[in-house]
Amino acid sequence: MAEKSLLLPKKGRKWSAFKRHIPYYLLILPGLIWFIIFRYLPMYGVSFAFKDVAPFEPVQDMLKAPSVGFRHFKTFINSYYFKILMKNTLEISLLRLAFGFPLPLIFALMLNELRNVRYKKVVQTISYLPHFISWVVVAGLVTMMVTTDGGVINNILKAMGRKEIYFLGDVRYFRSVLIISGIWKELGWNTIIYLAAITGIDTQLYEAAIVDGCGRFRRAIHITLPGIANIIIILLIFSIGGLLNAGFEQIMLLYSPPVYDVADIIDTYVYRKGIIEMNYSFSTAVGLFKSAIAMVLIVLANVTAKLFGREGLW
Amino acid sequence: MEQKTLISSRRKKWRVDRITWFDYFNVISAALLSFTFIIPFLIVIGSSLLGYEESVSRGSIYVLFPQSPDFICYKILLGHGSAVYRGYLITILRLVIGTTLNLLFTGTMAYGLSKRSLPGKGILTTIVFFTMLFSGGLIPSFLLYQLLGISNTFWVMILPVLINPWWMFIMRNFFREIPDSIEESALIDGASPLRIFFSIIVPLSAASFATIGMFYAVMHWNSWFDAAIHITNPKLQPVQVLMRNVVLTATSTDLNNEIMAGIAKKPPSNALKSAMIVVSTLPILVVYPFIQKYFVKGMVVGSIKG
Repeated sequence: MAEKSLLLPKKGRKWSAFKRHIPYYLLILPGLIWFIIFRYLPMYGVSFAFKDVAPFEPVQDMLKAPSVGFRHFKTFINSYYFKILMKNTLEISLLRLAFGFPLPLIFALMLNELRNVRYKKVVQTISYLPHFISWVVVAGLVTMMVTTDGGVINNILKAMGRKEIYFLGDVRYFRSVLIISGIWKELGWNTIIYLAAITGIDTQLYEAAIVDGCGRFRRAIHITLPGIANIIIILLIFSIGGLLNAGFEQIMLLYSPPVYDVADIIDTYVYRKGIIEMNYSFSTAVGLFKSAIAMVLIVLANVTAKLFGREGLW
Repeated sequence: MEQKTLISSRRKKWRVDRITWFDYFNVISAALLSFTFIIPFLIVIGSSLLGYEESVSRGSIYVLFPQSPDFICYKILLGHGSAVYRGYLITILRLVIGTTLNLLFTGTMAYGLSKRSLPGKGILTTIVFFTMLFSGGLIPSFLLYQLLGISNTFWVMILPVLINPWWMFIMRNFFREIPDSIEESALIDGASPLRIFFSIIVPLSAASFATIGMFYAVMHWNSWFDAAIHITNPKLQPVQVLMRNVVLTATSTDLNNEIMAGIAKKPPSNALKSAMIVVSTLPILVVYPFIQKYFVKGMVVGSIKG
């Protein structure tokens, strides 16, 4: 079949290649249609951000509404909330990064130094557990630990004769609850990539270091860490790309009006404005503002990764 | 084989190191850390066994060991007429139907795109890839589902999440590992690519279907937000949403009116919340030790070649 097509002129060859692949296109087609309907039509829907649409109107009529230009974007950027939302989103993300990024690395190095393979496996398996649990359950567990209504930590505080702390309703403590529960959920899981990278390090390097009299600590610092530096840098760059995702589900489940000042992020604001208040156009505009910046950040992350000589996402 | 030599050379590495204070420290901290991952689940189980008497004598509390374990909460949640059963039915339907359709759509698309000789492969890949960078956002999707008429139906939990592009690409890479010669010989025997896919490729890649299927299944099991915003009919809510209502908004009254009405000494709300968490988490706690290795494998494969 291949020989025959070589005899044809170039255009004919292309056509015959296409024809030969028709069954494969048919296999791709359902997925492609799905992407167009469920991923590209909503992208077309961002045009709502430049209109004024009323709720309860048929969606077809919404699409015909006249344009108002960038009015909603201007309203948002000049609003009282803009600064608070940007600040909260970035601060929560950066706090997560500052604490949540190094800890899995340290944990992975510690796991790597456990001598008993069986014990290591058990610890690993247990540490993956919270990753498989939904945020609803984790939020329930967090509430159980910190609530003033008989929560475990407050019971301990009371037993020690201290005053109770309203962790979930106090602006001083709320973010700590977010960061700590976030780390608790993903700490074990985030070690996987590091541990996989560590097994890829050439064992001869360790053997040579032992011959040269390197202790275990120095081997970890001079062989293991540089051996996984690639992965560390890639993960760091891409977590900076995701800086505007400050943990929507978790915050949605745990926050309440008393802590909006420190906990309200762009995503939760979009949800309240859009779904609760049905301010569709404004909410779409805020969402689009976020998606656009997020895309720029990811593209920048990829460029940075390539500048460092690493393989990017694309 | 390679694995074995690696481990034995690791062992050799240990033999030269004496056991130091660091090893004790490491073993103990690993144990403590494991403990912090488990203890909340133990407390939630303990608290679910609190009864009316204990709540009167000890007040509102969460405990590891209740003084007089009482199974009243489980009688309410698992008794006749409980809303938990309907929630579970929705969750299981969602998981089974959803994952099946996920695998069908993801698998076929991934297989088609795995053909390196496919004309237009680059454009198709870009169309998929772009959706990983940019999305229309919450409100346009919300309105689209209304336009399509799937809002407030079971399908709003299935159709919008049919293909996860990341997992689709992982699957495509799995397919690329299959030697071309297998397909070529089938082609020469006159089998169509569609038949090759369903009768040769699918059985051959059972392991990767299992891995990706597990990803989708856990996603369906844990999802709550889509149901919470797109479904208003309480009869269509999966168990996660039910749990959120009970645990975080304290609307536990409608769980089981039939039995609740007959109980004079009602269990404390903390116990009911805890029991709800246990009832809706137990299945995943039981299966996760067996499925986690698939996830680890999928995670490693996905991260090495995206």
